[in-house]
This record gives sequence, structure tokens and C-alpha cells, in this order.
Amino acid sequence: MKNGVGVAQNIVLFGGTSDIGQAILRRVVKPGVAHLVLVSRDIDAAAVASEEVIARHPDLEIHHVRYDAADAASMQHVVAEVSESIGDIDIAIIAQGLLNEGVDYYSDPAALIPLADVNFTGTMVLMYSLAAQMRRQGYGKMVLLSSVAGERVRKGNPAYGATKAGIDGFALALDHELEGTGASVLVVRPGFVTTKMTAGMKKAPFSTDAESVATATEKALNANKKIVWAPGLLHWMFLILKNLPLVVWRRLPL
Amino acid sequence: MTSQQLSGWGRTAWTVADVIETTELSEIRSAIASSTSRGVISRGLGRSYGAAAQNAGGTVVQMTAEHDPMGIDAILDPISGLLDVAASVSLDSILRMCVPRGWFVPVTPGTRFVTVGGAIASDIHGKNHHIDGSFGQHVRSLALLMSNGETVELSPEQNPAWFWATVGGMGLTGIVLRATVALLPIESSRVRVETERLPNFDAVCEAMGSDGSDDDYRYSVCWVDLLATGSSMGRGVLTRGDHAAASEVTKGEPLAYDPHLSVSAPGWVPNGLLNKWSIKAFNEAWYRKAPAKRHVGIESIPAFFHPLDGVNKWNRLYGAQGFIQYQFIVPLDRTDVLRAVIEKFSRAGVASFLAVLKRMGPQNLAPMSFPTEGWTLTLDMAAGIKGLAELLADVDSMVLDAGGRHYLAKDSHVSPSAVRRGYPRLAQWQATRDEMDPTGLWNSDLSRRLDLIDHRRNK
Repeated sequence: MKNGVGVAQNIVLFGGTSDIGQAILRRVVKPGVAHLVLVSRDIDAAAVASEEVIARHPDLEIHHVRYDAADAASMQHVVAEVSESIGDIDIAIIAQGLLNEGVDYYSDPAALIPLADVNFTGTMVLMYSLAAQMRRQGYGKMVLLSSVAGERVRKGNPAYGATKAGIDGFALALDHELEGTGASVLVVRPGFVTTKMTAGMKKAPFSTDAESVATATEKALNANKKIVWAPGLLHWMFLILKNLPLVVWRRLPL
Repeated sequence: MTSQQLSGWGRTAWTVADVIETTELSEIRSAIASSTSRGVISRGLGRSYGAAAQNAGGTVVQMTAEHDPMGIDAILDPISGLLDVAASVSLDSILRMCVPRGWFVPVTPGTRFVTVGGAIASDIHGKNHHIDGSFGQHVRSLALLMSNGETVELSPEQNPAWFWATVGGMGLTGIVLRATVALLPIESSRVRVETERLPNFDAVCEAMGSDGSDDDYRYSVCWVDLLATGSSMGRGVLTRGDHAAASEVTKGEPLAYDPHLSVSAPGWVPNGLLNKWSIKAFNEAWYRKAPAKRHVGIESIPAFFHPLDGVNKWNRLYGAQGFIQYQFIVPLDRTDVLRAVIEKFSRAGVASFLAVLKRMGPQNLAPMSFPTEGWTLTLDMAAGIKGLAELLADVDSMVLDAGGRHYLAKDSHVSPSAVRRGYPRLAQWQATRDEMDPTGLWNSDLSRRLDLIDHRRNK
């Protein structure tokens, strides 16, 4: 149950080691949160990543669930397992994602499959499974970590951008479809975020950090927004970028 | 049955439920029969501030009889003053019907728009708690619809355990269908009110507590200025009174009663309208408006008991994120905690439009009834205040450490452990509740948040 000051009782993080996911947890886990479920591939790593949240909230009950985000078909069971252990899922933070930076798809095109499975197919199966649970509950919030990379897909990592474009569109329409059921989606569109996922990469303009994304996300949750950009300026930039003629867009040094 | 979004009066934590609007027993029974494992809760006029009368993903039986073409479903015995009334009837309707005949409700909260069912389920109190106790103490008997579909008659003599579990039981023992309530005889529809301004918190505590004068008045409550600092910290306006005798009424019929809603809050209110500065200005004006010397006047029932009902839908004034009402009680000798709490809110810059202090009388037999001998402070605040969750968690600990507790009809944030610490008879109530509802049918967002119903035991 969410209480009157916006604190959710049960919170689940899918992608338990995600830097942004953990930063969001540090914002939304407050006095009053009863259960935190970390769903991850590597339970030990998720436990280490959550140390700060756990230390700050000694009364919090922590649950670990192991999953393989690339096994899209298993998502329904994962959601069932989570709700079996804690009951209602008040906030689900969906932070699972692959970047596959540097992978040469020309020589290894099959590497696209897990990328699509984690970022797109598995996330869709996960979100529909969560939506079903949240409709039964009469309330619930999914927080999807999307990316500005999906706003206008570009060279460099077109596959990643395409999965984000797909899941972003899906999530917004799912939210629309869920109107009136109490279940809803917040789509988070960060720009380039300096995290372990992007370690070693050249910083893009207007880069941000996980803490800033989390701050914006918390604010958007409180205000019951549908989309949040981080940093907020990207919203206006992409209004322009999205509509640039192709010839101009391709010449941009992005 | 329609799918509807519901919240409490504070307009926070909205959830969706299947709502069936009816007072027909057969329809309620079939709603129960077709309910899912999310269960059922009854709802009256939705005046509890938090999530007591909503049931996410489940069924809500909306029982209000405001526009019943058959008139008010209530029978008044003009000799004894016993009112046999449907649970869906509001105190507003009862007052309209009974005041002109010389009877008043035994207990009224700050609003008359609550149903009898809600008044029992929350075991509401009013300005007369130190003299007359809470609403449940004036209920002579009630009819309760049980989860198995049967109705039972409960009274303090006939199955007292079930009766007192229902009083203050937040609707989690069954649906109250009817009640017999003992009304208070009055000679007039006016109230003789003494108003006095108190310059600081010590003066407030002295006037209401240690000097013993409070017991000379049936009604007593003190408005407190939470934003005043320094030597005026905790200053207030104390109003005390009783029903006026017929001879004191100089104008019109002594029992004439005409409550009317003056204005409605607009449908759209800018967020942040009620902020620290606007409330500070209001508080200053309110304090200055009160007479510096003790003043005796004659007021109407709505003006004295239900000032907020003058503004229809005033709960919208807090804007989109809604507001929470924080009401707690601490033992009589813990005015130090009251002071510390007021200071804490004041330091945090939390502005409360309404802060009222009242000295309560002894507790009754209902295990989940809120009032107990002590001081109760009520304040409301915008739900969107930054850091509010952390601040309230700190205040909760102060209250609980002092042996105090929180009022569930107002609550929208406390944790399961706060109820366990604050209500030492919780386990006793739960055992009775489980006996009354072995399948765990009755459920609300409040019961889920506070783990009031043990589903493992009920399965």
C-alpha cells in the first residue's frame, strides 16, 4: 500500500545491481517501507549494491529473487514469486538492461538476441505480468528506465536505441491502456548517465549521474507524472532533435 | 457495480475498487458473495482522512442515504431520546430531524457529514469527550452484517466482546446496518460559548488541564497557533461551552435549526495556496480576532461545532497532492512531549491550517478506540511537504515513546509497529475479529498497510 505521504510499503527492483535503480531506491525507501525485493542475476552483487539502503533502514525486510533477464518467458513466474513472498507490489522499478557497447554485431549478429530479450521482449513480458498483478491490486506503479537513445535512434549502437525506442513506446501505451485501473507507468528518460554500464565510454553532452536521475524520478513519482527526462533540458533539446531533417541529423557530431 | 478511484478526505493514496452503492441488504449480500480474495469494506461519506474506507482491487459497499426519497431512515422515541437509525444516515440528517424536537447527537466531530456507521467504526469523539466519552458509549445496540451473510444484534449487554470490537473496529468486523443511539436533550439550538485568548502554551495547558476548570464545561477545545515562535510558542484560542437554555435565546424559536453550506471550494486550486506564509497570516488574524479578555457569547450549532462544514469540499484547498491529518494522544502528564512535537513541526516550517488541542477523558471498553485520558493534538499539513515521511516518523517515535498513539480514522502514514505499540489491546481485538470473520472477508487499504488482519491465520 502507498501511504498518505507517498511512501510505498513494498518495493521491487528488477535489475538489482543497476546503479540508477539503486539510486532510485535510496530516494524512495523511507521510513514506512516494509519490504524490498531485489531481483537480480547475481544475488551477492545485488546485496552489496544495496548495502547503503539496507544500513539506513534496519527495519526493512530484504528479499532476494534470482532471475535471468534474458529468459523472457520466465518473467511471469518471477512476478508470481515476488508477490508470493511480499503480497502486493506497490512500486516496481524496472532497471534491467543491456548496453552491449563495443560488441561487433557484424561478426556476431546473434549477440542482438539477448539484447532484445532483456531490453525489449523480457521487459514487455515483465511489464504485462506486473500490470496484471497491479490491476488485481487496484493500484501500483511501474518505473521504467528508458533512455533518450530511443527518442531518435542513431548510429553507434542502433540496436540499443531501437530496443529503448520500442520499450518506451510500449510503456507509454501500456500506461494509457491501464487508465482507470489504479496501475500506471512512469517512463524515465535519462541522457548519458555515468554509471558502471557506461564506464570507459566517452561522455555525451549533457551527461548526468545516477543521483540526479533518481532525484528527478522521485519528484516525478510524487507529482504522478507519466514521463521524466533527466536532465530536464533534454526534453526541449529532443523536441528539436527529433524534428531535424535527416541530412542535418546525420551531420550532428553526436 | 462500477470500478472507481477512491481516496479518503485527505485526497492522498488513491486506489481503484469495485464500488456498489446500496443500502439494500440483499444487494450487499450478493456483493459479498461475488467478492474476490481482496475482500470487502463499507464506506459512508468518505470523511476519514486516510485509507480506512477504500479497498484496492476489492469491493467497496458505499452506504449513504443522503438522497433517500423515503426520507431519513430513523425513528426517534420522544420520551427516552433513543434514536433507531440506519447506519447510512448522516449526523447532518439526524440534527435536521432531531434538533427541532429538542435532541442533539451525543457526540459530534468537527464535521456533521459522517454516517452513523462511520461514527461507530471510528468511535468518533468530539469536544465533549472529557465529559461524555466517545460515540460508541452512547450506542445502546447495533445490527451487524457478518461475513457469513447473517446479521447479529450486538449491545454492551448482549455479546459485549463483539460489540466493543465493532466500536472503533474500522469496519473490519462487519457492516453496521442499524444502531440505537441515546441522544442528548437540549432546550435550544444555540450554544453558550466562552472564548479566551491564551498567550502561550503554558497558559493553554493550565487552562485546559491543571486548573481543573475544563470539567465545568461540556464542550472544550483549543485552537493552537503552531507557527508562533518564541514567547508566544503554542499560543491559542480556547473555546468552551454548553447548550444554551431556552431562556438564553433572545431571537427566534429556541430550537430553530438551519445549517446551510455557504460556499464551495473551487474545483481547481493552485498547489501551494495553503503555505507557510498564508497560514501564518491566517493564524495571526485568527488569534487577534479572538477577544483578549474572556468573552461569553451565544453561537449556533454549525458555527460552534462544524465551522469547516461552511466551506463545501474544503479538502481541495490543499491542491493536487492532498493533505494529511495527524492526530495523536499522549498521557496527561506528558505536556513536555506536546511541546516538543509543536516545536519540531514549527522548526521544520510545517504549517498547519488547523491545529487543535483537547484534553480527553478516560478510555472505554473498545480495544481499538482511540481516546484515552490525555492530550490529543490534531494538525493537518500538505502531503507534498519535502521530507514529511521522515519528519512524521520521528514524531511518531516521540508519541509512542511517551505511551501515546495515533487515531486510525485520521491516519494515513503510520507503520504496523506503531499500532502494535500504541494499542496494547490490539491482539485481543484481532482474536475477537478473527472469530467474527474467520474467512478474512473484511479488508481495507488501512488494514493492509497496518497488517491488521492476519491472512495466514484466516486461511
